[in-house]
Amino acid sequence: MKLRDIIQVVEGKVLTEGVNLDLEIACAAGADLMSDVLAFAKPNALLLTGLVNPQVVRTAEMADIAAIVFVRGKVPGPETIALAKEKGIPLIAAPYSMFELCGRLFEAGMASCDLDVQGKGS
Amino acid sequence: MSQVPQITRIQELIYELPIERVMTTPVITVSPDTTMSELKEILRVNRISGVPVLEQGRLVGIVSIEDLIKALESGDIHAPVRERMSAPVITVRASESVVEAVKKFAQYKVGRLPVVDDDGNLVGTLTGGDITRGLLEAIGLDYHAEEISRYRARHIFEDIVSDQTGLILRYRIKARDFTGGGSASSKIKRALDRLGAPPQVQRRVAIAAYEAEMNLIIHTDRGGELIAEIQPEVIRIVATDNGPGIPDIEQAMQPGFSTAPNWIRELGFGAGMGLSNIKKCSDAMKLESQVGVGTRLEIVVRVQPVISGSVQQSEGGREQGREQEKP
Repeated sequence: MKLRDIIQVVEGKVLTEGVNLDLEIACAAGADLMSDVLAFAKPNALLLTGLVNPQVVRTAEMADIAAIVFVRGKVPGPETIALAKEKGIPLIAAPYSMFELCGRLFEAGMASCDLDVQGKGS
Repeated sequence: MSQVPQITRIQELIYELPIERVMTTPVITVSPDTTMSELKEILRVNRISGVPVLEQGRLVGIVSIEDLIKALESGDIHAPVRERMSAPVITVRASESVVEAVKKFAQYKVGRLPVVDDDGNLVGTLTGGDITRGLLEAIGLDYHAEEISRYRARHIFEDIVSDQTGLILRYRIKARDFTGGGSASSKIKRALDRLGAPPQVQRRVAIAAYEAEMNLIIHTDRGGELIAEIQPEVIRIVATDNGPGIPDIEQAMQPGFSTAPNWIRELGFGAGMGLSNIKKCSDAMKLESQVGVGTRLEIVVRVQPVISGSVQQSEGGREQGREQEKP
């Protein structure tokens, strides 16, 4: 799914200007635990999270996450936004809860990140 | 990518580029005795909109298409340039940076500036178009230079010959520096990218290094050191600290076991997944610790998987490799 379509589905607002809206997103994951993200998210994934600290962007950078959606209209501080701009990771603020947003994306056909790693954890 | 860095680079270039790099040479000039009608032909043939006026090698004025139009209007087409030119002339020096010219264009509302050397001799002319062209060219060169440096970094292990060549990156990690956390791992990841490591290797090393870096930030009293040793076939990450040390390593390795304080959990870390994440990303991992002395964590990621085909054999690396093939 393209980032442009995702923004529409989640009714999101882009917080980092100059975003490539044609960016192709492979799958999505929702988490507030960054270690979970590091363990299960895949390259080119979309991350939905309720956390807004700079480590969310760092986590995305390390795990090759393509874009981040902040749930319930949360807007991160300037530090987080500046880091995201530096690393070229689009940030999006969406007005709904994690459950609602995951549901909307799932319904729109977005793939889940953990589908083929079930039972594979160490 | 965001557009911000590009704009900043152009701003930098305006200050860095000397005028002589962007000006037009050689200069077409006229003498004060050239007639306006001759000037019309010179402008037309050369497709330019103005020329400096030289008298015995000295710059005495500048005459433009605007002056020509005024001369036509007043029926003065056979007048000498001397009577129609603008003087004295505003000039810029060849050695000055482009920003000085930009300022003068804005201040005097002229379209063309003669460029002089330090002795006042005319050496070129400058228009807004010259500046735009020069900047675009310089950005192109920058891009080229970046490509070359990438190429060099990629071939560093071929250029430098020894029995075992390695690159060591060493970072001091401060305890409790949650905001700055990850900057060392970020630099390690970037170095691997520049060295041409495959994306899945970059990702595995970055995740393992990042978890190790966060452990130093969260759990140590006085921080520690994160070291990346990069060799063509293997990358080794070592995280060391001087305490407090881990009482029970087996327990610490269990997924979900955590001693992290609440504030760090609220920030999305310290859920007891760090060490198992590191294990998952690495081909080998060694954790040694002594309470009151310190901890040493060594992580090994192989660039070329030694055994190919045996997916079940190692938990960490193979799985990541398969992910990569998936999309």
